[in-house]
Amino acid sequence: MADKGKNSALKELIVPLTAVLIGIVLGGVLMALTGVNPFEGYKALILGCFGKLEYVSETIVYTTPLIFTGLAIAVGFRCGLFNIGVEGQYIMGLIGASIVGAMDLGLPTVIHLPLTMLSGMAFGAIWASVPGFLKARFGIHEVVNSIMMNYVALYLSHYLVNGPIKDPAITSPYSREILSTAKLWRFFGEGSPIRVNMGIVIAIAAAFLVYYLLFKTTIGYQIRAVGFNPEAARYGGISVQTNIVAAMFISGAIAGLAGSVQVMGIQFKFLDLFAFQGYGFDGIAIALVGKSHPLGVLPAALLFGILQRGSQTMQMLAGVPKETIGIMQGVIILIVAAEGVVKGWLPVRRILGTDRRPAAKEVGKA
Amino acid sequence: MSYSAATEPNGQPILQMRGITKAFPGILANSDVDFELKKGEIHCLLGENGAGKSTLMKILYGLYKQDKGEILYKGRPLVVSGPADTLKKGIGMVHQHFMLIKPLTVAENLVLGNEPVKAGFLIDQKRAKAELLEISHNFGLAIDPDARILDISVGMQQRVEILKALHRGAEVLILDEPTAVLTPQETKELFVIMRKLIADGKSIIFISHKLKEVLEISDRVTVINHGRIIGSVETSKTTASQLANMMVGREVELVVQKSKAKPGKEAFRVENLTAENDRGLPALRGVSFDVKEGEILGICGVDGNGQTELVQCITGMRKLASGKVTLNGKDITNLPPRKCYEAGIVHVPEDRQKHGLVLDFTVAENMVLQNFNKKPFSSGINLKWDVIKSHARKLISEFDVRTPDEDTAAGSLSGGNQQKAILARELSRTPSLIIVAQPTRGLDVGAIEYIHRKLVAERDAGKAVLLVSLELDEIMALSDRIAVMYEGRIMGIMPIEEATEEKLGLMMAGSVPQASKGVM
Repeated sequence: MADKGKNSALKELIVPLTAVLIGIVLGGVLMALTGVNPFEGYKALILGCFGKLEYVSETIVYTTPLIFTGLAIAVGFRCGLFNIGVEGQYIMGLIGASIVGAMDLGLPTVIHLPLTMLSGMAFGAIWASVPGFLKARFGIHEVVNSIMMNYVALYLSHYLVNGPIKDPAITSPYSREILSTAKLWRFFGEGSPIRVNMGIVIAIAAAFLVYYLLFKTTIGYQIRAVGFNPEAARYGGISVQTNIVAAMFISGAIAGLAGSVQVMGIQFKFLDLFAFQGYGFDGIAIALVGKSHPLGVLPAALLFGILQRGSQTMQMLAGVPKETIGIMQGVIILIVAAEGVVKGWLPVRRILGTDRRPAAKEVGKA
Repeated sequence: MSYSAATEPNGQPILQMRGITKAFPGILANSDVDFELKKGEIHCLLGENGAGKSTLMKILYGLYKQDKGEILYKGRPLVVSGPADTLKKGIGMVHQHFMLIKPLTVAENLVLGNEPVKAGFLIDQKRAKAELLEISHNFGLAIDPDARILDISVGMQQRVEILKALHRGAEVLILDEPTAVLTPQETKELFVIMRKLIADGKSIIFISHKLKEVLEISDRVTVINHGRIIGSVETSKTTASQLANMMVGREVELVVQKSKAKPGKEAFRVENLTAENDRGLPALRGVSFDVKEGEILGICGVDGNGQTELVQCITGMRKLASGKVTLNGKDITNLPPRKCYEAGIVHVPEDRQKHGLVLDFTVAENMVLQNFNKKPFSSGINLKWDVIKSHARKLISEFDVRTPDEDTAAGSLSGGNQQKAILARELSRTPSLIIVAQPTRGLDVGAIEYIHRKLVAERDAGKAVLLVSLELDEIMALSDRIAVMYEGRIMGIMPIEEATEEKLGLMMAGSVPQASKGVM
């Protein structure tokens, strides 16, 4: 799985690409059924995503957090964990970065910027470690705890942005703007409507880093061993508990980084959330379509970025209901996930904790 | 090689399977298989695991539908809708894993699915009991109708299964690996029962991969390999080595040749080990023994008498409640697995797919499962893939692991090759104690031969070997001393020269040996 020939890499792509193709055809059929010319619809999608430099930029801006959340979920999957709490960890990342970014400590950019980024990561990592620890120590399923932690994060953020970290100068529930020493470089300047910034570079770098971590280091080896077969890992002398916590920590740090980058490159402050933004939940689909592989997450995130950005322009320009795109996404996810279940790289039962196979005492049978 | 079909004896064929072909995605499980059962014979279907025995029997039993071919039963085509229908027509199967309801009594299990009722819905317990007594009397299979299944021995449970089939009027009985769970004595009793059934006009298909039993009990043997029939022979006209040849397709050494052990100093000792099983019940109740350099100590016993827990306890996978474990004079009691390995233990676990391998990992990744973080396989936190891969390639060629390459997933290897891969990994770690549990479970004779040779070679190189196995033949073929485990205790330890199958069998069933030496 670590290093395989080009042939097998191409083979890996067959199902996702077919899934996308089927999704596109089906989306076209749906448009036709609702009385829209599918070619007009897709033209609107393409134009909306790539028609102008500003649109391209917005597509990238949509894609950036999805790369991080996809990576965060993928790391969990690799350890057999379903970190559905990425959404909450992302919120904690937003908070961490907006607090530290707004602190006037007289620090130069070289220190303040990484510090801001790290604080978002730390907030996310700590948030994820709680369900990680509860899973490792008491065997409580991480899905339950991390979902609950999502709500704690959401309402904690309401409280903070309406009180302790609220910018007193304005009436809206916003935190204070971060200092320029904590802002990521926007390629076309801060005043330009073209918002693309260093965040996308960091996201791509993160994908390669996670790839390196998972496949080239002893940490990744242990995480993957535990994910594939915790019993064999234990037999091999690998601590299952430690690695569960470590994987959740890393996953949460990446989710927190999504929040940092969002604050530092786009929002520059924490804006009160009225509901979950959904980046964390989309990350689940992206990790699936990217087959839990860090480098698979990149195109998968781009696909979702395009579809989401494009769904708005489709609705505006061609009158295609946004939900059409939702159905397309669903079809793609279903096909890719089905392959994963059949081929075994998506251990659904283990991830969902429904693996009720008896402690195997199979006497080999013909 | 060609094996002529057995000459036609007197019995009329009661069952004929002709040209049975069954394919699953990727494999041809049965290819043009002909099988014939004569009335009143015990016909053994012999083959390795994965040879296609079970598929064939599942087709006969109505669990699968063949792609091609026909089945004739009493001269007429047999078409069934499923197992229940098959049983109704007179073919019963005793599965390897019993299909009994444990909290219910023997009589209740007998009538299950066909209960005599009174007052419309109440089970008529009296009649159930009467039916059981009648049938057990008719076939001379004594059993207590009121005993609950969970209170009776495995041999008795098997008897209930057989009675169940007879109760439904089975004329043909399929016994799927019936001896796998039995002690030698229970096996003997089963054989007596089988002969009785034949005398009563039943016909039996006996599925097995144990040559000795096949030779003892069957009238004819049909060997199947890779889904094809290799040949049918009359048992009286064949030998174990001929059958092994047919199974594997080459000459096989059935009992590995070895010289007398030259034991050196004590390498490993355990004293008064006690531990609990997963359910919190006592699994070890004071186990003590030692293993010397250059000897193989075999631990035999019926499954579930504490062997699994013993191995887990001395390899750090389970906590000991009390007792002491020493390796080369060093106390290693309750050390975690990694520390045990560092102290010089290697461990071939009994469940190779659950513990021994990460099936989704490549062979190369699996070869460093215990020492991926040690030199030379890593530096700091970086894995050195080139070293790991060349290490794997070396072991693959040295231990003849059949795999396309080291990047192949371990899960796609055959059972025998998975076991060879584990053995290669373990023996490559320069051990002072080699613990092997069920090393040949489910393997074919060829792989068994290879693994036995390797273990003897390690012994001859002066290593201490602890062999835990449910196969008495394997224990007797390899061990220099034998310890018998029963209900978490060592019933006795004897040198191989004093061990007989009978003595061991009695001890496996819990009786204390009369005059064996060295009991601890």
